[in-house]
Amino acid sequence: MTTTTAKPGNSSSGGSLLFEGAEWDFATVRRVYDAVDQIARDELGLDLFTNQIEIISAEQMLDAYSSVGMPLMYAHWSYGKRFARDEALYRKGYQALAYEIVINSNPCISYCMEENTMAMQTLVIAHAAFGHNHFFKNNYLFQQWTDASGILDYLDFAKRYVASCEERHGVEAVETTLDAAHALMGQGVFRYRRAAKLNLAEYERRRREKMERETRDYCDLWRTVPGAAPAQENDFSEDEARERKRRLRLPEENLLYFLEKNSPALRSWQRELLRIVRNLAQYFYPQRQTKLMNEGCATFVHYTIVNRLYDKGLISEGALLEILHSHANVIAQFDFDDPRYSGFNPYALGFAMMQDIQRICVAPTDEDREWFPDIAGRQDWAAVLRDVWANYRDESFIRQFLSPRLIRKFRLFALSDKASEPSVKVDAIHDAEGYRRVRSALADSYDVAANEPDIQVVDVDLMGDRPLILRHTVRKGVGLAEAGREATMRHIRRLWGYQVRLEEMPANG
Amino acid sequence: MAQFVDRRLNPRDKSLGNRQRFLRRTRAEVKRAVDRAVAERTIADAGKGGAVSIPTDGIGEPQFHLSRDLGEREYVLPGNKEFVAGDRIDKPKGGGGGGSGREGADSGSGEDPFSFALSEAEFLDILFEDLELPDLVKASLKDATAREFRRAGYTSDGATPNLAVLRTMRVSMSRRLALRRPSLAELERLEEELAALRAKSVIESADELRIGELDAEIGRLKRRQRAIPFIDPIDVRYNRFNPVVVRRAKAVMFCLMDVSASMGEREKDLAKRFFILLHLFLKRKYERVDIVFIRHTHEAAEVDEQEFFYGRETGGTVVSSALKTMIGVRDARYPIADWNVYCAQASDGDNSAGDSRECVALLGQAILPLTQYYAYIEIADEDASDAREKDLWRAYAGLKEKAPNFAMARVAGRADIYPVFRKLFAKQPRQGATR
Repeated sequence: MTTTTAKPGNSSSGGSLLFEGAEWDFATVRRVYDAVDQIARDELGLDLFTNQIEIISAEQMLDAYSSVGMPLMYAHWSYGKRFARDEALYRKGYQALAYEIVINSNPCISYCMEENTMAMQTLVIAHAAFGHNHFFKNNYLFQQWTDASGILDYLDFAKRYVASCEERHGVEAVETTLDAAHALMGQGVFRYRRAAKLNLAEYERRRREKMERETRDYCDLWRTVPGAAPAQENDFSEDEARERKRRLRLPEENLLYFLEKNSPALRSWQRELLRIVRNLAQYFYPQRQTKLMNEGCATFVHYTIVNRLYDKGLISEGALLEILHSHANVIAQFDFDDPRYSGFNPYALGFAMMQDIQRICVAPTDEDREWFPDIAGRQDWAAVLRDVWANYRDESFIRQFLSPRLIRKFRLFALSDKASEPSVKVDAIHDAEGYRRVRSALADSYDVAANEPDIQVVDVDLMGDRPLILRHTVRKGVGLAEAGREATMRHIRRLWGYQVRLEEMPANG
Repeated sequence: MAQFVDRRLNPRDKSLGNRQRFLRRTRAEVKRAVDRAVAERTIADAGKGGAVSIPTDGIGEPQFHLSRDLGEREYVLPGNKEFVAGDRIDKPKGGGGGGSGREGADSGSGEDPFSFALSEAEFLDILFEDLELPDLVKASLKDATAREFRRAGYTSDGATPNLAVLRTMRVSMSRRLALRRPSLAELERLEEELAALRAKSVIESADELRIGELDAEIGRLKRRQRAIPFIDPIDVRYNRFNPVVVRRAKAVMFCLMDVSASMGEREKDLAKRFFILLHLFLKRKYERVDIVFIRHTHEAAEVDEQEFFYGRETGGTVVSSALKTMIGVRDARYPIADWNVYCAQASDGDNSAGDSRECVALLGQAILPLTQYYAYIEIADEDASDAREKDLWRAYAGLKEKAPNFAMARVAGRADIYPVFRKLFAKQPRQGATR
């Protein structure tokens, strides 16, 4: 432990500064961390994974970018592509690098860039190591669907497994399988059925099982071919179809899972590769559903903490201003007609909503009392926010907590767009009639599952040439985009080994 | 308890494997992009690596996406200024109706070319691919910095061949003196005395005493000699060599090219590759390399690189005009006391009647004696069946016998370019030592 010159906490007024100037060193970072930690636990009541803060260079940050932010990843050309692109953008100055990357793991790893000033390191630590960390540990989606303590071990296993496959079966063959699996990543998650939690012992056992299976490469599917009854070939009854679907557990929304379990064309190492990709897709799925909340939570936490640090006299006015300057940049939200507009900024909307909840708890208006009777005037805003962070995802969060006041502040308006009409219609704006409509439309747009194609395996015709039949349930007439559709189908055919048909079927009504 | 880890010293290039996989996958496209870059760049810049852009075809990562042009959808935008419920807004042209409001437009299916930077080594790798360079040459070309090892005193560890015997002995001696290791002479003297005493026919009691003393003394000295080695590992010294970046002399490279109408795009591209390669070789050998471009038809002129490769000029073909210009430039700007002169001439082999003899005379008397190398390449038709000897070739053939620093070759495709260099650099010529 370092000896600290300032004992944070016991100096509620006029404590001595934790740091001065822009330079940072590990002793200072640790001192700041301890001060932040105290506020986070005592005042915000955050519940955290153990933190591991790693200082990295810009080059390493680029490395981390290209491997989807993970500290280790299996080898694949697409990560090289990402690296090449990010590097080119960074070198030309089109794109700045993130100040930090944080990983949903236990211990929770945050990467901080070495060129951050000490003030920025303070911001970054409060943001990532406390805000995101708390969210990862407490949000129900992460709790249910990801295994923070297992992920690094699993990635290590995946990396070694892919490398060993490349050795045994050739880089090209592995690449072909991974390409196909990546194409189906969007259809490789369980949205409703809960996947069994991964743990290290469990997959070691599975791996051994798989090795055994490798020796007697054998596919359950073929047992359903009625070899003894050729006479029945032409008329198979509905009962049989039902029975077959029951046995294959159809319909199945997780295409990667279905192919992994049932494809007649795959060898066992290919099944394992599919499984790795599927597990990763599942691991990242909660992050996609909580982008707004996650950033909102982290931004709110860093904002609250640095202000408290300043109140306690632990950071200088200059440092606070530097932090607030970055903060203001991060939470900028441009209007729809601004050339810089590129959708909602999750930091802006998320932070505004968190702050709004705090305001509703502390100083509610009559309107707030009507809209949010449960939390208005409850004063203990930290507890309310902790509950929100734990139990919602973006879609339900907006549906529940977007207040009329914020709708007015952002001047939100809802549009409906029909392909058949030459113009779009303004459905609702920030007025009394429009609040609920706007809120509900915005919440819908954050429903990840509803904004992705709903494609399921519905049947396998085992009698003929074994086509796999997929069904895209078309909602509101929104079909699949042409771009990439055929290429993705080719990937599925490669994995299935036989014909694959994709039907587009309108949703009921 | 929180942990703080400094990762900055971790091994670099974690993404290298992925990058190589990516380059392998896009090999064909990158190759085309490099060829384009070579055509666009100057000779001196050709080997430098840098940004290339390739079409996204081979590197798409397809996924299912919902169409943005079908069906109906609702969305919310911020920043309303004038609209009220029920207003209708015309969709922008192109049917993307409000598409600007959608996130996720970066689906990777765009048509924009994919642009990224190649390192110098990667760039040269691809550039050399169909020049069929031997690996050793590739390696030495890519290594732009040249180091030489220079003596720099002594060091206490090193490889056996670098053992500094004299220094080692000196250190060993001073140690032996300091520790008072008995010398061989001293021991021998005592032993002789002992032997002399023992050899006496009559041994007196004083002698007895002396013999006892000597025995004890010799035993003590021998023990001491064993305990203090003649050469201890700490005495050993090695010659120390430090790598030094060697300062190199200057070289000038004259590029001579026939630009009459018979030299088309293909011929010029081959010539350019030849010049690029020569420049790379020279850059490796010399600290500073100047390039002079001289083009000629029936008359010659010094031009800049742009003009050299892309300028349009018509006229007859008088090769000697270029040689004369070159001599003029060399005498005016590149005194041979300071400069190594290299010359590369590219031509389709045509020359006006009677001029070839003058060329040979100029080369033999005024140029070759003062030139490190003179390389002549004749760009032949793609189908090498037309091996009819051209005028200039025949004339130069005689020269080849006499001058070891003269090389000539016929180049029909990219793969033919390197053999010329092998001829060029295979043996060191005796005359025209590097200055």
